[in-house]
Amino acid sequence: MTDKVSLPAPRDGSPGEPLLVAEGLTKHFPIMGGFPVKRRIGAVQAVDGVDLTVRAGESFGLVGESGCGKSTTGRLLTRLLEPTAGRISYRGEDITRAGRRQLAPIRSEIQMIFQDPYSSLNPRQTVGKIVSGPMEINGINPAGGREARVRELLDVVGLNPEHYNRFPHEFSGGQRQRIGVARALALEPKVIIADEPVSALDVSIQAQVVNLLGRLRREMGIAFLFIAHDLAVVRHFSQRVAVMYLGKIVEVGTREDIYGRPRHPYTHALLSAVPETHDADGTRRVGAPPGGSRGRIRLAGDVPSPVMPPSGCRFRTRCWKAQARCATEEPPLTRADGNTEGHLSACHFPEPPTVARNTEVILDPALRAAEDADGAGG
Amino acid sequence: MTSPSPAAPATEPGTAPAELIGRSPGQLMRRRFRRDRAGVVSAFVVVFFFLVAVGAPLISMVYGKDPTTTYGLNETGLLNQFGYPVQPNGGISGRFWFGLEPTLGRDVLTQLAYGIRTSLLIAAAATALCVVTGVLVGVTAGYLGGRTDYFLGRFIDLLLAFPQQLSFVAFTPVVYALFVSPEKETPTYLRVLTLILVLWALGWMGLARLLRGQVLSLREREFVEAAKVTGASPWRIITRELLPNLWTPILVQSTLMLPTLVTAEAGLSFIGVGVVEPTPDWGRMFANGAKYYESDVTYIFFPGLAMIIFVVAFNLLGDSVRDAFDPRTRR
Repeated sequence: MTDKVSLPAPRDGSPGEPLLVAEGLTKHFPIMGGFPVKRRIGAVQAVDGVDLTVRAGESFGLVGESGCGKSTTGRLLTRLLEPTAGRISYRGEDITRAGRRQLAPIRSEIQMIFQDPYSSLNPRQTVGKIVSGPMEINGINPAGGREARVRELLDVVGLNPEHYNRFPHEFSGGQRQRIGVARALALEPKVIIADEPVSALDVSIQAQVVNLLGRLRREMGIAFLFIAHDLAVVRHFSQRVAVMYLGKIVEVGTREDIYGRPRHPYTHALLSAVPETHDADGTRRVGAPPGGSRGRIRLAGDVPSPVMPPSGCRFRTRCWKAQARCATEEPPLTRADGNTEGHLSACHFPEPPTVARNTEVILDPALRAAEDADGAGG
Repeated sequence: MTSPSPAAPATEPGTAPAELIGRSPGQLMRRRFRRDRAGVVSAFVVVFFFLVAVGAPLISMVYGKDPTTTYGLNETGLLNQFGYPVQPNGGISGRFWFGLEPTLGRDVLTQLAYGIRTSLLIAAAATALCVVTGVLVGVTAGYLGGRTDYFLGRFIDLLLAFPQQLSFVAFTPVVYALFVSPEKETPTYLRVLTLILVLWALGWMGLARLLRGQVLSLREREFVEAAKVTGASPWRIITRELLPNLWTPILVQSTLMLPTLVTAEAGLSFIGVGVVEPTPDWGRMFANGAKYYESDVTYIFFPGLAMIIFVVAFNLLGDSVRDAFDPRTRR
């Protein structure tokens, strides 16, 4: 449907050049309490000292459990939220405290795709209005008029351009997400921050939308910060991946590093949770490590409250390797022995760089008791 | 529905691809409204009342009477020695369709038409002011939040704490006194203006409250964030993103507010702090009617019936508008 349409030429800027850089990015949401005078009694440390770099043309994946600060990081980078501390720069220009007018020239280059396709489109506006809105706001008048451009964009994202006058409620979730993508593309951005763009969609639709984003990245050279909790989707889409836990990045590296040679125990635990699937003939395992069976890691308990995160290493309360040092000393995000360049992990006692595992790690006592009983009975 | 695949573009069978014009929520609302028979009938009734109000002079001209002439005093044989109409049923005749007013002998039909005119004018003006104020305050409080929201909220609480009817009665003479010294006669236009002001001052808070809550929930929606990401100004976000989503509560609230204010105005005139003689007024007809109803029940019948029909029709209209906007409503 879209091969006839010429996509806009790739953006200028050589691939690999750092576009969007965050240094020590921190967001603490204050908790107010007290009566009659409200005062600050604490803070949710949603994001606490995150460093990341999105390079031109690449897809940078950000994974982690719910509530680990992924989405907050995305919203900080688009300046929807004001950072408590840290620095955000775009192409070397500091935009941490820039106001709306100062941001105006950069706004068009950093766009966002939202998680919920049902609340991210204004129900009272037509598709045409939704997609042309950003052009109107930024005073962009493309050759041939805005309407023609909107129809072109709808075609690019795989929608019928005749849907110009329709309303969001007439579309399915996948189609709505495509409208959201078209809106993000309207300003010809260089970076798109995709905040769990497929997690609200059907599995069958997820692949279509991810492939659409992948095509846009390749053909238009748009860099992506891809926020997701689905490891398989990130593996499919991102060249570099960062793993977040409780507001901090615990491991960052290339896709091959993270999925093939992870070092941080949390990354190991996450990867062991990816379900293994077999082909019909049972030969090839998808998601399984090359060679050897895979022991599973089951963490105990919940993620600690970000109001009072554990001292030292934040993962220590759920880590099977935790020692006294982990409680006192926060592990820096560094290149561990045997890691490739750019593969950083924050752990005092990194795991061996493989996902193959012979022993099962079960931290939950109740679960272990149940499995033991199962084993004894069967 | 699924996402379109290249093989099958998402066009419904039977629709020509060239005419893929979607129906807006507004259009859908109008379609649903047209199917609601009670709503359509009450809409006609409401329109009829507005036509009567606007066309009162026309009715007077065609009918050949006016509301101020005291027919019963000018001509003998219409009122008896006690001041009541001679003819049965309050003096209803081919000449005076709704009968005559006791004592003064004025024509009831034109009195009612002009009375509706006065009451509706006051209520409509007060409603318009209330809606504008409610939208301004509510949207401001909801969108800005924080300290602004807190102080506006406490101000609304303060005004809501006033007992409404009592405050109307107490404050109306005070406001009159502000405009004109108590010894002088208050001009009619000032009385009307005062009534509008008093009804407005204590009438806008409900809508403001409601809209504040709506804006609070709307502004967290992702489409507002999407607009912010593209660099939209707060003004644009309020007018283009939020207000179109607020028309439903605004419309529903104002259709329910108008009959309330009509009755409130009638109540004030009934008590005697509203519009005074010789300006015809709906509420004052009740006051007069109450004086005579033991001897001449017909006089209160027509204004009362008209008021009941009007208020019921307007409330039904408000309900239907709400149902039409929200298809999930089940009654």
